Amino acid sequence: MEENKLNSLAKVVIIGGSAGSLEVLLQVLPALQNIDSLVIVLIVHRRNSDDNFLEELIRMKSGLKVKEVEDKTPIKVGRVYVAPADYHLLIEDNFSFSLDVSEKVNYSRPSIDVGFESAADVFGTKLVAILLSGANNDGTNGLLAVKQNGGTVIVQKPETADVPYMPAHAIKNLEADYILSPTEIAEFIKGLAE
Amino acid sequence: MFDEKHLKLFINEIYEYYGHDFAGYSHASFKRRLERVYQMGDFVNFQEFLYKIKNDTSYLTHVIEEITVNVTEMFRDPSFYKVLREELLPSLRTKPFIRIWHAGCSTGEEVYSMAILLSEEGLLSKSLIYATDLNQTVLESAKKGLFPLKLMKEYGENYRAAGGKNDFSEYYSANYGFAKFDDNLSQKMVFSQHNLVSDSSFNEFDLILCRNVMIYFDRELQDRVLQLFDSSLSLLGYLALGTKETLSFTSVQKNFEQLRKEKIWKKIN
Repeated sequence: MEENKLNSLAKVVIIGGSAGSLEVLLQVLPALQNIDSLVIVLIVHRRNSDDNFLEELIRMKSGLKVKEVEDKTPIKVGRVYVAPADYHLLIEDNFSFSLDVSEKVNYSRPSIDVGFESAADVFGTKLVAILLSGANNDGTNGLLAVKQNGGTVIVQKPETADVPYMPAHAIKNLEADYILSPTEIAEFIKGLAE
Repeated sequence: MFDEKHLKLFINEIYEYYGHDFAGYSHASFKRRLERVYQMGDFVNFQEFLYKIKNDTSYLTHVIEEITVNVTEMFRDPSFYKVLREELLPSLRTKPFIRIWHAGCSTGEEVYSMAILLSEEGLLSKSLIYATDLNQTVLESAKKGLFPLKLMKEYGENYRAAGGKNDFSEYYSANYGFAKFDDNLSQKMVFSQHNLVSDSSFNEFDLILCRNVMIYFDRELQDRVLQLFDSSLSLLGYLALGTKETLSFTSVQKNFEQLRKEKIWKKIN
């Protein structure tokens, strides 16, 4: 078997963010040196665009292997995957991504809810879902699905968020396992990678 | 909510009773769509849902329409249309006749976008655009050339970003909240029902567009459909896919050459 294939030990960290989340990602991801035993998936609301500015920026600042998801991209450990603009991101039970251009959810495509729910379904207890800054209701239902499937739910501490609405909305509607600042989020992920 | 067993049951029933084969659909998206339509129906349990599907044809039609994604827009991904206009259409110019197939055309937004391009390049009169979909309802809608007026601002912006030089509003007339596109555009369109899963090739084409349709299929079905496209393209004809789709790792890859980084491939074998 290929060594970077997803195995039973690997944890999957899925991070959803909207307005004000880029700064957090650029603080958290460069702090991670070794993610060989993890998969990181980013679902960030952004303007439709053909460019891969977000991937380039994260790659440059973090030095991690960053890949924008294409249809049926297989999931491998040690990588950061970014949902493309204007597609919902879903996860297949054979550990590959699939994309979907169906209706926007919470005025968003990619929708954090759609991605979180799909990941919860496939990864269950191996999933850690993190919801960051934003001005939208997106993510709350997704976190509920993560909890129901035995995954870990982390919400950015609203006081540390540029736009606290999205994390505050989640905290109001569910019991998060952890409510953390960006520094603490980085520490938490480092702990998972060890 | 649903597990593998429910999906299998549903897929089997639909196949057995109506001949629609969803077995090759990508699971994650299919499951999400099925759960969504189930929740809209307010059923007591899955059995009741299946019973209604088996005994109420109009409900089944509704279910299939809801499960298959019909979201589309005019000039989606303007840079794609720019390449189409500036590089691909010029190379088809010398042909006496241009045959184009929009496979999975949904409500027709991309078909009208193509007709506008062809018209502006002076190629529409010698072109024929076949537009097909699995779903008869969306085809009826596509034939009419009616799109919500409120979307025209966005489509106009896409059109300009795609290199359009005219006043976009010249292509339609506003009518009770709808934009009715010019009949000159639709006279070269042929709409018909075609199922990519089960139907075979019906002509030879110079350009096949199938954008964001196969993303709902699993690898195996994608490969079968790509073989269908391969055998439906003339030599040096083009295949255009969605911006996040690829021919890499497929059985037809060796017969195609990619146009730089665009999701357009030329048939070379």
